[in-house]
Amino acid sequence: MLRFLIRRILGAIAVLFAISILVFLIFNVVPATNPAPRIAGKNATPHLIKEVEKQWGLDKPLPEQYWTQMKLIFTGKVKSYQSSINVDQRILEGIPATASLCIGAAIIWLSFGFLFGYLSAVRAGGWLDRGLTVLALIGVSMPVFWLASILLYYFTYKIELFPPSGYEPLSNPGKWFSHLILPWISLAILFAGFYSRVLRSSMLDVMNEDYVRTARAKGLSQRRVMVKHVLRNSLIPVITLFGLDFGVLIGGGAIVTESLFNIEGVGLFTAEALKQQDFPSIMAVTLFGAFFIVLFNIFVDIAYAYLDPRIRLGTSAA
Amino acid sequence: MSDAAMTGDAGGALLEVSDLVKHFPIKSGLLFDREVDQVRAVDGISFSVRKGETLGLVGESGSGKSTACRAVLQLLKPTSGSVKFEGREIAGLGRRELRPLRREMQMIFQDPYASLNPRKRVGQIVGDQLKIQKVASGKELRTRVEGLLDRVGLSPEHYNRFPHEFSGGQRQRIGIARALALEPKLVFCDEPVSALDVSIQAQIVNLLDDLQDEMGLTYVFVAHDIGVVRHISDRIAVMNRGKIVETGDADQVCEHPRDAYTKKLLAAVPIADPRESAARRAERTAAG
Amino acid sequence: MSATPETAPASPGAGGGALLEVDGLRVGFATEDGRVQAVDGVDFRLEPGEVLAIVGESGSGKSVTAQTLIGLTRSPNSHIEGSVRLRGEELTALSESQLQKVRGTQIAMIFQDPMTSMNPVYTVGSQVIEAIRAHDTSAGKKEARARAVELLESVGIPDADRRVDAYPHEFSGGMRQRAMIAMGLALEPSVLIADEPTTALDVTIQAQILDLIQELNRSRGLATILITHDLGVVAEVADRVLVMYGGKVVERGTLDDIFYDPQHPYTWGLLGSLTRLDQPRPHRLPQISGAPPSLLHLPTGCAFRPRCPHEFGKCTEVPGLEARLPDDPNHRDRCWLTPEQKRKRREVEGRIGLEEPR
Repeated sequence: MLRFLIRRILGAIAVLFAISILVFLIFNVVPATNPAPRIAGKNATPHLIKEVEKQWGLDKPLPEQYWTQMKLIFTGKVKSYQSSINVDQRILEGIPATASLCIGAAIIWLSFGFLFGYLSAVRAGGWLDRGLTVLALIGVSMPVFWLASILLYYFTYKIELFPPSGYEPLSNPGKWFSHLILPWISLAILFAGFYSRVLRSSMLDVMNEDYVRTARAKGLSQRRVMVKHVLRNSLIPVITLFGLDFGVLIGGGAIVTESLFNIEGVGLFTAEALKQQDFPSIMAVTLFGAFFIVLFNIFVDIAYAYLDPRIRLGTSAA
Repeated sequence: MSDAAMTGDAGGALLEVSDLVKHFPIKSGLLFDREVDQVRAVDGISFSVRKGETLGLVGESGSGKSTACRAVLQLLKPTSGSVKFEGREIAGLGRRELRPLRREMQMIFQDPYASLNPRKRVGQIVGDQLKIQKVASGKELRTRVEGLLDRVGLSPEHYNRFPHEFSGGQRQRIGIARALALEPKLVFCDEPVSALDVSIQAQIVNLLDDLQDEMGLTYVFVAHDIGVVRHISDRIAVMNRGKIVETGDADQVCEHPRDAYTKKLLAAVPIADPRESAARRAERTAAG
Repeated sequence: MSATPETAPASPGAGGGALLEVDGLRVGFATEDGRVQAVDGVDFRLEPGEVLAIVGESGSGKSVTAQTLIGLTRSPNSHIEGSVRLRGEELTALSESQLQKVRGTQIAMIFQDPMTSMNPVYTVGSQVIEAIRAHDTSAGKKEARARAVELLESVGIPDADRRVDAYPHEFSGGMRQRAMIAMGLALEPSVLIADEPTTALDVTIQAQILDLIQELNRSRGLATILITHDLGVVAEVADRVLVMYGGKVVERGTLDDIFYDPQHPYTWGLLGSLTRLDQPRPHRLPQISGAPPSLLHLPTGCAFRPRCPHEFGKCTEVPGLEARLPDDPNHRDRCWLTPEQKRKRREVEGRIGLEEPR
């Protein structure tokens, strides 16, 4: 297990390194022109451009450029010249909002996804199953931006049940919750539909396994068979899928949802940076996203090894 | 037992294997993989097969018999050792040099459900090699394939069907037709009947026997069922843990085994005769 | 020391009935391609200490019969008729939760492939303990673990104290099957159903497992139903035999009956196609032509008719399972031929077998 962990972490560092080089190349080398004007932003003066060149090491050879820029980003000195904010700080400030959004949505979608998936599988072929299947397909078919707009229209405009936008920090729980409930639902419905299908299919596969038949032959109760044998093994693919999905979600900052609900998290920041083509910001959020995705990939590998002793211990007959 | 072997018409050595070794490395290490040990799947075996005869290769799981087949056929690269086909060394040859040899050496696999591509039609499965090796095409190809299907006990109209429409025994016949399409000289049969119902096993064994006489084939027949191996083989080699522990005439090995493992193996085979089996058990308890 | 007080020592039920009585068992499944009658009228009796072998190939119904005894085939798609009585108690009338109390404690079942029959994510010990604690709620964790170690030892697993915490994939095939047997015996059932327990094992391991089963049968009077397609295994272990084909029992009798006086052509075919190491090789391996029937399209009349070289007019009528020999009421078969005809026709090249069709 230790060996596995060390290798994964080393591998992840290598991947992040490769990504940083790629990002660097895309922003600095691929466009044939001098990147300084782009970095300096739309309102740049020639003087500013010169300063940018110096600070970002654009007059130096490539490897040094790379090193200089990375230093800037990682030591929190990247300034967005356009909006004159410190990019790194802005990202850090946005994390609580993004985390609240993603974690909350995840809890909702996992709960419903599991519940519906489990019920569908246990009563496979029956009316409950068919009904839940239809629900799941509806959920999967609703694009987030459409659903968000509908929810906003009905619940913040027509009936002013919830505030239409913004994010309130956790220090005020009531407001925090009411601001997030609609965004949570927008995100969760899609994933819940998907996960209920995945769990259902995984459970149906496992229910046909020989060891489930053995468990029944031992006289175990139906519930025990379902939970200890079927569910436990069915979760393995679902959990690994979740790790990847969540990593992408939190790394990408749920751009669409945050934009629509005006939640000031990393996603909203990314959307603005893209709109304004603010290069320092874009570079920084790309690396931020990459980091989280790689991190969650490692978590998924660890979880998988933990759940399946064959992976953990290696296959060796006594 | 092949007619050729019985009448002493078998020719010189078609296949000669010397000190064949196939190891699989076991890697370990915190940062870098170092080979710490090996799985000695095939640990130095030597045997030869004369033209027209059937060599039976018997062993339990883990004995290395399946790996040996694949290493001889160069489906796996041998770690060391020599494999001579018709006097020519083939161990370690590159893919291009091996291609013409693939026409001469073929294999029939164990699992009739897994060894046929479910998305291809029977005609394609059997005939593809003829196309790839540029032996026949078009109408001639079809005629040849239909002829093969007929020979293995299927009917020409099965040409357009898919594998899932057939039973296990029929699928194995398709596998045999495929193996024989290029008229090979040497055929490795890797557990061809183990996955089949008992009443079908005899049919397939008899079919293989008939085909051997008709087409002058040489077989290496690998199985864990000694009874079946003895029936079809002229000579038998017994494998245990990667090594051949005994070789000899089929009847000799089964009736007068010399090696301790062979004896143990034969003693474990159940006797399908209650009185005999009870007598043997009484002997065993009396002995110890 | 018994796990549950209700497991009485093996004895026939009140009223002189056998330990296990099966009458007219029929199991049908509704499948996508139509209705399939997997089991079509099976009767047998099982006495304590007896080994009954059920022999057949794919589609014979042997596995479905075994699984139906403990209600594993109950589902919305299945239709079960007939009676299964354990010590006089009708099992088919029990609810699922009542049946759960019978499984494991009175009747245990082990299956063919020990690798897939154990849950790969739990240790072997925990799966044995689970069986124990599901039925005996008074057993504490330590007590259950000690019992699990004891059980593993009793089936011949060395170093049981350490092995108890190992995972199934860390065991070899033979050890796994032993562990499965230990799991089955945890609550001291009176009947063990073993569905092809040695088919997936090497022949030397098979001999050990069969020895173990025989030993358990003798020392504990454990009544055993052994499902297999291997007549060699039957000859080693069984007392009585049921031969099944196309969902029906085609012959039923003692071990000697089946091997030395078989009455049904299918039985002759099975016996004939066996390779015998202790006899000279036949020139050609006797075979049964054709293939086992698809249960969706059973032939009319005797199911074996299309493959039988001896079939004649009457065979379009389904033969009943009857005792046709004058002085042996327990040896029954489903073949219209007279005993005289049978005696003559089953001799092929000096041994029992099925003729090649002309």
